[in-house]
Parts: sequence; structure tokens; C-alpha cells
Amino acid sequence: MSLTRQDVEKVALLARLKFDDEGLDKMTSHMVQIVEYVDKLSELNTDDVEPMAHALDVFNALAEDEPRASLPREEALRNAPKNDDEYFRVPAVLGE
Amino acid sequence: MSIIQKTATEQLALLQAGELTSVELTQAYLDRIEQVDGSIGAFLRVESDSALQQAATIDAKRSAGDSLGKLAGLPVAIKDILCTKDTPTTCGSRMLEHFQPPYNATAVEKLLSADAVILGRTNMDEFAMGSSTENSAYQTTQNPWDITRIPGGSSGGAAACVAADMAPLSLGTDTGGSIRQPAALCGCVGLKPTYGRVSRYGLIAFASSLDQIGPLARTVDDTALLLEVLAGYDPLDSTSVNRETPAYSQTVHQPLEGLTLGVVEQHFSEGIDAEVATSVQQAIQVYQSLGATIKSIEMPHADYGIATYYIIAPCEASSNLARYDGAHYGYRTDQAEVLAELAEDGSDEGPLVRMYRKTRSEGFGSEVQRRIMLGTYALSEGYYEAFYLKALKVRRLIRQDYDRAFEQVDLIIGPVTANPAFAKGEKTSDPMAMYLEDLYTVTANLAGVAGISLPCGFTSAGLPVGLQLQSAPFEEEKLLRAAQMYQSATDFHSRRPELS
Amino acid sequence: MSELPYEIVIGLEVHVQLKTNTKLFCRCSTAFGSPPNTQTCPVCLGMPGSLPVMNKKAYFLGMKTALALHCGIPKFTKWDRKNYFYPDLPKGYQTSQFDLPMSEEGYLDIKSTKDEFEPRRVRIIRAHLEEDAGKSIHDEAAGKADSRIDLNRTGTPLLEIVSYPDMRSAAEAKAYMQELRLLLTYLDVSDCNMQEGSLRCDANVNLHITTDDGVIATPIVEIKNMNSFRSVERGINYEAKRQYDVWQETGKVLGELPKQTRGWDDSAQVTRSQREKEESADYRYFPCPDLIPVVVTDEQIDEVRHEIGDLPAALRDRLESEYDLTTYTADVIVNQGLGFVEYYLELAAASGDNKLAGNWVQGEVLRILNDLEIGISDFGVSAAALAELLKLIQAGDLDSSKAKDVFTVMLESGKSAAAVVEDLGIEKVDESALEDLCRLLVERNQRIVDDVKNGNEKAVGALIGQAKKENPNVNPGQVRQICLDIINSL
Repeated sequence: MSLTRQDVEKVALLARLKFDDEGLDKMTSHMVQIVEYVDKLSELNTDDVEPMAHALDVFNALAEDEPRASLPREEALRNAPKNDDEYFRVPAVLGE
Repeated sequence: MSIIQKTATEQLALLQAGELTSVELTQAYLDRIEQVDGSIGAFLRVESDSALQQAATIDAKRSAGDSLGKLAGLPVAIKDILCTKDTPTTCGSRMLEHFQPPYNATAVEKLLSADAVILGRTNMDEFAMGSSTENSAYQTTQNPWDITRIPGGSSGGAAACVAADMAPLSLGTDTGGSIRQPAALCGCVGLKPTYGRVSRYGLIAFASSLDQIGPLARTVDDTALLLEVLAGYDPLDSTSVNRETPAYSQTVHQPLEGLTLGVVEQHFSEGIDAEVATSVQQAIQVYQSLGATIKSIEMPHADYGIATYYIIAPCEASSNLARYDGAHYGYRTDQAEVLAELAEDGSDEGPLVRMYRKTRSEGFGSEVQRRIMLGTYALSEGYYEAFYLKALKVRRLIRQDYDRAFEQVDLIIGPVTANPAFAKGEKTSDPMAMYLEDLYTVTANLAGVAGISLPCGFTSAGLPVGLQLQSAPFEEEKLLRAAQMYQSATDFHSRRPELS
Repeated sequence: MSELPYEIVIGLEVHVQLKTNTKLFCRCSTAFGSPPNTQTCPVCLGMPGSLPVMNKKAYFLGMKTALALHCGIPKFTKWDRKNYFYPDLPKGYQTSQFDLPMSEEGYLDIKSTKDEFEPRRVRIIRAHLEEDAGKSIHDEAAGKADSRIDLNRTGTPLLEIVSYPDMRSAAEAKAYMQELRLLLTYLDVSDCNMQEGSLRCDANVNLHITTDDGVIATPIVEIKNMNSFRSVERGINYEAKRQYDVWQETGKVLGELPKQTRGWDDSAQVTRSQREKEESADYRYFPCPDLIPVVVTDEQIDEVRHEIGDLPAALRDRLESEYDLTTYTADVIVNQGLGFVEYYLELAAASGDNKLAGNWVQGEVLRILNDLEIGISDFGVSAAALAELLKLIQAGDLDSSKAKDVFTVMLESGKSAAAVVEDLGIEKVDESALEDLCRLLVERNQRIVDDVKNGNEKAVGALIGQAKKENPNVNPGQVRQICLDIINSL
């Protein structure tokens, strides 16, 4: 399973990251190295093993449907890089 | 003996007896920080004013005879990964340089209601990703035993500040060893609780199914004291477990009768430093002399721990860190630049996607970007089964190794790290070498079990060596009592680094 | 029915906002229409360190709906993250359900009262819970100005109900939506307001075209933004024609083009291609580590099952079989909602005449509700009061046109039927007096007698008019019958 520069470029778009040429080369070589290492898991037969997504087998953390106070709007917007006191503002979303 | 050389438990007794005020104690630590942190770099921010104010309030409460919390008047340092209301919480990242959470982490709330004094925020690897604290966007932290060496990570600041007597207690987080490894390399005690024992609410997530908050301190009884305050069910964290918290600080001095310790042979085979191996083996002999039975156990999948961990943790991280996109909080790149580039190159990438990519590439450091990339790749179409799903299955096998081990023994004993603290810069260009630092620690996170690191010796170069004990889930009491048995029989914990 | 050169194949994905007080994973209010960004907290803002906790009510409302759709409820269900970047999705992922949804394999029966299509069982693939996104407001001059983001809606619980591609016409799709909405209304699990977005529909549409070389399928298109029943119907019809034209032009069939997403533009009445994304979607679903699975017992499922009251399909059957109503009348009554059905049932019981009650609710009552644009709960005449009026009709004290007059006054005045009858001076005419009057009229109108005798029974109508002039309170039906009896006995 060899990972190419093109693959890494595609992943970078999925991850919303961007690398220059040098960065892309470095990322590719690091990822190839790491992926080769982690591929050692393929040595193990895990056909009958149940995947384990959580550290503990616990269930049913359910909260009652009772409203609590929301944040005041100025609090909600306070950390926003750009806002107009009512809305968060982001560069134009095209095509919708 | 200066007040700051005493343990937290001793300081608490003095505070309670009225022989010491919190203001005096807090000031003593602030003075110490002033004096030595210039060379250590453990703190990102020291909150002197608010700390002294809190201390004064607690002193006033005490003299008024009000009821006080379990940590009343004791200063605590907090890893900069726990949200504190209306004060900066950076997670060691440029991305959150100016971020001020509108709420407190549950662990912080618990400290405040225990009347602890919050001393400041400690340095860490960015988003807790690293084993040397060299990935902090702000500064490096030096190992107090040798300032040319790293303190471990990611809770490097948390361990270094305790080791250098800049705080009696501190909070760290452990996703793959991030409390235990720096505790070992700095010669203090660090405990990673069972997954679900301490609420993660307000802990800025790295890998949610692995992250746990835990205490660092100089001694086992201080560690017990802090864990007692942190532990407990939290309805705000669906993964926190509803169980009673034992009174760790009350039981920690009770030795365990008929203790059986498991030793994993592979831990001492390849790659381990000879001096580290010797210290750990001597520690095992100490336990034997205290009446413990030593049993050899098999952990057949332990060797797959790193590979499993470096799939699961990046996968979760790639999703957890998607929120840092410059839209709602945190860093955003210069929007005018984005639009200028757009006008220039005329590719079909719209302004929003450009803003996202530029923001994230500028706001995250290289290790964080590497893990986001790895996780994104391992979850993507065509690779999910081979990597992510496979890792979840091996995770189960690792957990089963633990389950079988704990049917035979009370605790597993072994090293925390293969080597003592390494030189700064030694592994920064070789990510895989850095990842292998976590060899002995990641399996506890994958399985969700508890682990503690405690000082068990020094190398000939004077660097601390850590001993790791691991317990079955929710057996922290056993872990602490066993650790205390060792500490009572040895004096490694009381040695201090010499700092100018 | 129609002779189209193709068959339309339609599957619907319906998003239903569940009627909870609070959001799916935090306790912010879900109220509609508040000022922007006033219903948020660290959890729904996706703030670092915040964690979700599942809303119990949302889960049970979801289960109730799934059971009503005849879905199976697995004992174990979990939550997954669907990862994508969008500014109305502050965490960078939507918490949803991927491989182990909370319910699977159900169905909804639809039929047409206007014979537009044969009755059909539309199978449901699954119904799962997920969180809603916020709202992005885009400027007209796209690309120039910023978009504005309101996160009030972020995290509102949605039940996504996914059907099999079992529908074969736009009318069926519309009927499915209407029947689903009715069911949800009976269950009281959602406001079902399409304008406010609490009921939303995406359609997957393609064509099966019979050619000389056999049947071919056109590429599947997903249509979004259909915000009314009418636009569901029109959007699908438009898209079908469009696909047929494209196929004739290009010959492209399923598998030769990626799945396309098109938005319905209601003002222009066309579907438009939504800008192709920079990449093909790869949502990287994986189990959400912050949420633990839900496990339910048979007892809990039974408990929810018992909470489900009468549902439309069963009520229609009951009104037809037990109340002897026509299919059409039963349908009209049931489609008005549970309150209306209850009104009918009470009226039928109190009046003792199921058919008369059916005619009245379907006719007069519904007409007035529609005129006033109100629901049955706001209707001014109670079923008990209306039953008194129906009894007067049954007793022959009122003819239907008089009864309508009385009804109008009852509605305006709030008075009882008896009181209105008295106010209007309507009196019952004594039977012998009525017979005398009819005999007199027959004697006076030999020509009408002859007409009737010659087989023209309608001619007797003129006598009714004359009788009304003599005494406005006479019952036309009675006059007609008595006059005919007299003429026939001559």
C-alpha cells in the first residue's frame, strides 16, 4: 500500500490543509514511514474480533429534555474572528 | 526546610493548623517561579494576581470559620488544555492564542470548589500531541534535572513545575502516556486514571476515547489527595462513569497484603536502556522484600500498541480538530490575502475553502498537521477497514490481554519509558522515533485501565527513572496503596534537582 | 394512466425536526424564530472541550415514529460522526447514525382518493437520529460579501426517514409526504411545518426508459430545497422531463455519471445544478467517541408502542367499516387530523347518525374551518351542540337548508340549536294541517297533477314552492311526499 504525493495532496484537501512543494514532499515521506509502521497490524488475524471504539462498555447516558440558559449572544460571538454583533461572518459560501 | 519543599499533604496540615496562610504559600511559589522558571519554561502564564486574590479569599474564609474544601489554600498548576472561563486557554497552539472559553472545565470547577488556588497554566505539546513539549507553539520546557534535555510530554510543563518546586500539585492529561512519561522523566508522580473516572468536560480533545485528566505531584499521597478531588461522575460527560469515588487520601497509607505483581518479559528485552532496566528490576525486588509475589505474565499484543494507537488517536484527532477552521473562534488567516490570491490564480477553489486551508495551515504546527493528515487518510474511503477498523479490533485484543493479566495479578509492574530524558532536538525530525517513546504507556489508554508513574531511581548521569504500575479499571485505590508501599521503602521521591 | 415514454423511480429522504424543548446534545432551546445566535452554548457552538449528552426525549420520539412506520428497533444503537467542513456546522462534523441506526425496515401505505395511482406500500429503509445544522445566509452578490451564520438551529434533533425507491410518480411522492406528515401529526412528534423547515424533503429521482434494447436507467439525481407538497410534485415532474431530454441528447445512463445534486428553484420552477464540490464527498464516518451507545429493552419498546394512539390508516378503516362512511368521507375526516376525527366520533355518538354526522363534518364544518382558516380546536360549535341540530333534522323538524341557516346563526351567536330555531320563528307544522294544505294545493293545480300522472314527478316541485309561500316552516321533503301520495291516490 504505497502512498503517493498525489494521495497526500488529496488528503490535504479533505483535511483542509495546504502544503507547499517542500512541505508536501516532507509530509509524504513521513506519512509513508508511519503508514509502513502501522501496517504491522495486518500481521494479526482479527476476523472474529469485535471492534472496540470505546474504552469502556457503558451505555445510555441520556439527559432529560429540560432547557437551560443559553449563552448571551455577545458571549457566543466574543471569540469569533469576525462577527457583526448578530452573526458569525465567514468568506462567501458559493454555489448554494 | 523551605515551605515549598514540603509535600502538599504537609502544607495542607500547616494551613489547617493555622501555622501557614494560603497567601504566604502562594507567594512562596510565585517567588520560586520568578526565580527558576526563566530557565525551565514550565509556565505559559502565571496568574499571580488572581492566585493571590483566591488565596486571600480562602484565608479569610478560614479565619471566619467557614467550611473549606479538600484542597483549601493549596496552589495547583493547570495544563493549558483545560478550559477556564474568561481567561486564555491556548492548548499550546497558535490556533487558540486569543481564545477565552465562556465556561470552566469540570476539573477546574472541582478545583475551585475544593478551594484550591490556581497558580497558572503550564506548557504542553500543541493539542497534547508530542512526547517532549517541543511541539508547543510558544516555548520549550527544560527538564529540571538537566536543562539541555526535554521534560517529556505532552504534559511537560505540568511535570517540570512540580519537579522544580514551582507548584505542589498540577493537572495533566494523558492520551498515550502524556502524564506518566513526563512524570518519569522529571522524577515526580503522575497518575492516569481509568477512562471515565475523571470528567473530560472542558478538556480540549485530542483523542476522545483515550484522553484522561490526572494528577501530578511529588509524592503518592499528594497524588491521592488531588485524584480524590478530580474523580467523580459528571452528567456533562457521557463517558464519565457513575461510581463512588473512594477516599484515596485516607486509604493510601494502608499497605496491601498478599499483593501479586505481574511482569511482562518483553518490557526488558529489546531497546531498553540498561540503567532504566536495572532501576525497574530493583524496584521489583523492593516489592518482593515487602512481601509481594512476582508473576511473569504475557501481553501478546503489547507490541502492536504503538501501531494501534497511531491509527486511533490521529483518526479521532482529525475529527476533533476539524472545528478549528477560523469560522467561529480562534485564529483566522488574513481574509484580504485570501481574496487577493483568489483573484490572482483563478483556480476553482472558492474563498471559504481557501480561508479554511490557509487558516489551518498557519494555525497548526507541523506535528498536529501530520496527525490530522494521518487520521484523515486512515478514515478515508478505501482505507477505513485496513486501518481504522483494524486498529479497533487490535484494541480489543490488547484489552483482552489486560483482562487475562488481571485475572492472575493485582497490578502490572514495569518501566514507563525505555530511556531517560533525551536531548532537546534529538527526535524532532524523526516522528516515528518520537512515537516509540510511548511504547510502554499507550496500551493503558487503549484498554482504558489506570496507570501510575513514580520515581524509582536515577541514571549515572543523574536523570530520573520512572516505575509504572497499572491496574484493572477503577482500581486506582489499589494502585495508590501499592505505590505508597514502595515510596515508604525508598527515598527517590524526596531528591530534588539543583537549580540555580 | 398517462402514456409517458418512461417510468419515474423515486426514493425520498425526509428530515423531521422532533418536537423537543431542547437540542439533541445540549439543553439549549429549540424554539423557532428567536434572534440569531441567541440559542447557543459551548456544546452546540462546538467550543473546544465541550461534550454532547443525548436528549432522552428525542430518542423516544424517534422510536415512537419508527414504530408507527412499522420499523424494527434494534436493541443497540450508536452514534457516528459525518465529517465535512461547512460554516453552519461548527464542529466540522455532524453527529448522525451510520451503520447501526435506531430503526430499520418499515413501510408506509399510500393511496389516492382521486385515482391518480394504485394503492402502494412504500418501504422504509431506516429512520435515524441526527443533529441539524445552523443557517447560512448568503448575499445576493455571491463571492463578494461575507456569508452570515446563525447557529440557533444547530443541534436541533432530526429524524431522517429514508424510503426505498418505491414511488413511481410525482403524485405518489406528494401523497407519501402528505401521509407521512399526517402520521407525524397524529403522533405529535413534530410541528411538521414545511415553511419553517421542520419537515424537509430530498428526492432521489431517475427514469426507467424502455428502449428497443431493453430498459435503461438514467443517472440518479438528488433534488433538494422542495419546501412544500406542491414543489415536491412539481420538482419531480420537472426533473423527470429534464432527465428524459438529457438522455435523448446524451444517451448517458446510470453509472456513467456521478450522482448529481440539484436544487429546486420554486420561483423559476426549475431544478438547478448545485455547484460541483471540489472533491467527491468522503464523509469519513466513524463512531463518535464522545457518545456512548444506547441499549433498549423489549419492555421499553413495548412501553413506547403503547403510547401510540390511533393512527390514520387504522382510523380510515374503522370509519369505513364501523361507521359506514364512504372511503372518500373517511379519508377527508382522517386527513384533517386527530382533533377532527375526535369531533366526528363525538358527533356521531351524540347524534346517533353516523352518516349524517359524516356529511355534516365533511361539508359544513370543514367549509367553515377552511373559510376561517382555523382548526377544529378553535371551532365555535361543539360536537354536542351540533348533535342537537342533527337530531332536529332527523326528527324532520328542519330541512337541510333550514338547518344550515340555523347552523350559521349558532356559529355566530353561540346559542343552542333549539334557541336559534325559536329565535328564527321556525315552527314545526302540524301534520294534519300540512296534509290539508297539500290537498288544497293539489286541487288548485290540475295541470301539475296531470304532469305527474304522465310520469313527470319533478313537476311536483312547483307545489313545494307554493306551500312555502303559504307557510315558510313547511318541510319541502314532507310536502313533496304528501303531494305525491295524494296525486297517486287520485
